[in-house]
Amino acid sequence: MTNNQHQQVLDALQQRFGADLGSVSEPYGLLTVEIPATRILDVLDFLKNHEQLRLDFLTDLCAVHYPEDPGREIAVVYHLHSMVHNIRLRLKAFLPISNPEIASATKLYSAANWMERETYDFYGVLFTNHPDLRRILNMDSMDYFPLRKEYALEDETRNDKDDRFFGR
Amino acid sequence: MVKIGEKPEGVEGQGFFATSLDKVIGLARANSLWPLPFATSCCGIEFMATMGSNYDLARFGSERLSFSPRQADLLMVMGTIAKKMGPVLKQVYDQMAEPKWVLSVGACASSGGIFDTYSVLQGIDRIIPVDVYVPGCPPRPEQIIEGVMKIQELVKNESLRRRHSEEYKRMLESYNLT
Ligand code: SF4
Repeated sequence: MTNNQHQQVLDALQQRFGADLGSVSEPYGLLTVEIPATRILDVLDFLKNHEQLRLDFLTDLCAVHYPEDPGREIAVVYHLHSMVHNIRLRLKAFLPISNPEIASATKLYSAANWMERETYDFYGVLFTNHPDLRRILNMDSMDYFPLRKEYALEDETRNDKDDRFFGR
Repeated sequence: MVKIGEKPEGVEGQGFFATSLDKVIGLARANSLWPLPFATSCCGIEFMATMGSNYDLARFGSERLSFSPRQADLLMVMGTIAKKMGPVLKQVYDQMAEPKWVLSVGACASSGGIFDTYSVLQGIDRIIPVDVYVPGCPPRPEQIIEGVMKIQELVKNESLRRRHSEEYKRMLESYNLT
């Protein structure tokens, strides 16, 4: 994607959302914009239906846990793609871990359905108005969100490991 | 060359041979085990080699794989068993008719292997009883055959009353199987 297109996306967003936009960066050439979690649906709707942008494809939706960043522990990440103009964009919204709630994008993108279920499954992000928010990959009986960093990666039921051999 | 199973201990005379029913049945069972391959990942590939003509499990009377648990004698679990797969494996075991044996092939099936993580069952012996473990990641086909031969040994020497014993019932109950 050219710098021109980046500028075009940024201009359009700035014009519409102005001061609401957070930090902007371009890691590995992928335009990344931070937006407030409360406005996620407005932003997605705007980008999807914008004449010149038409970001009509949700490539990916996932989350990241930043335990050392109080009040902004959970980042929900949206990857958008315009099939018409070949533009890519990454959006990030930050949520506090005490109340990880964000509006569901299923109304705009059907693809969001399973991706949001997966994000809920692993990070416990609650997508409001999701039609069927339950676990998708892990066992239904699992009682924690395994990719949050406060949980050990190792299975806690394993008892054949001698700590001495693992430097602990 | 066709090799015939060794005859069990017994009393032999002209025109007759007497031995115990246990031993005859054990001999017959051991040389006609029908395995159910429960192959979920890389170890399953080794099993395919074991069934192939180079190693040829058919030499041990096990060429007839049973893809229905109801007609299988030997459950061969080969590969990583995710926790979500656990109930399925248990149901498969439950559907097999007695007498039945279980061979756990590879580090994953035996202990979770390298997948010491939230999603993987740390050894199938947490949900079903296992008769023989084959170590390795993956074990070579020779090792799998060794495991099957160990099972044959167990089958040959099993008392016909074993599966009616209180001890056996208690063991099944400890796995919530009846
Ligand atoms: S024990 Fe090794 S080879 Fe076998 S399934 Fe596990 S990872 Fe694969």
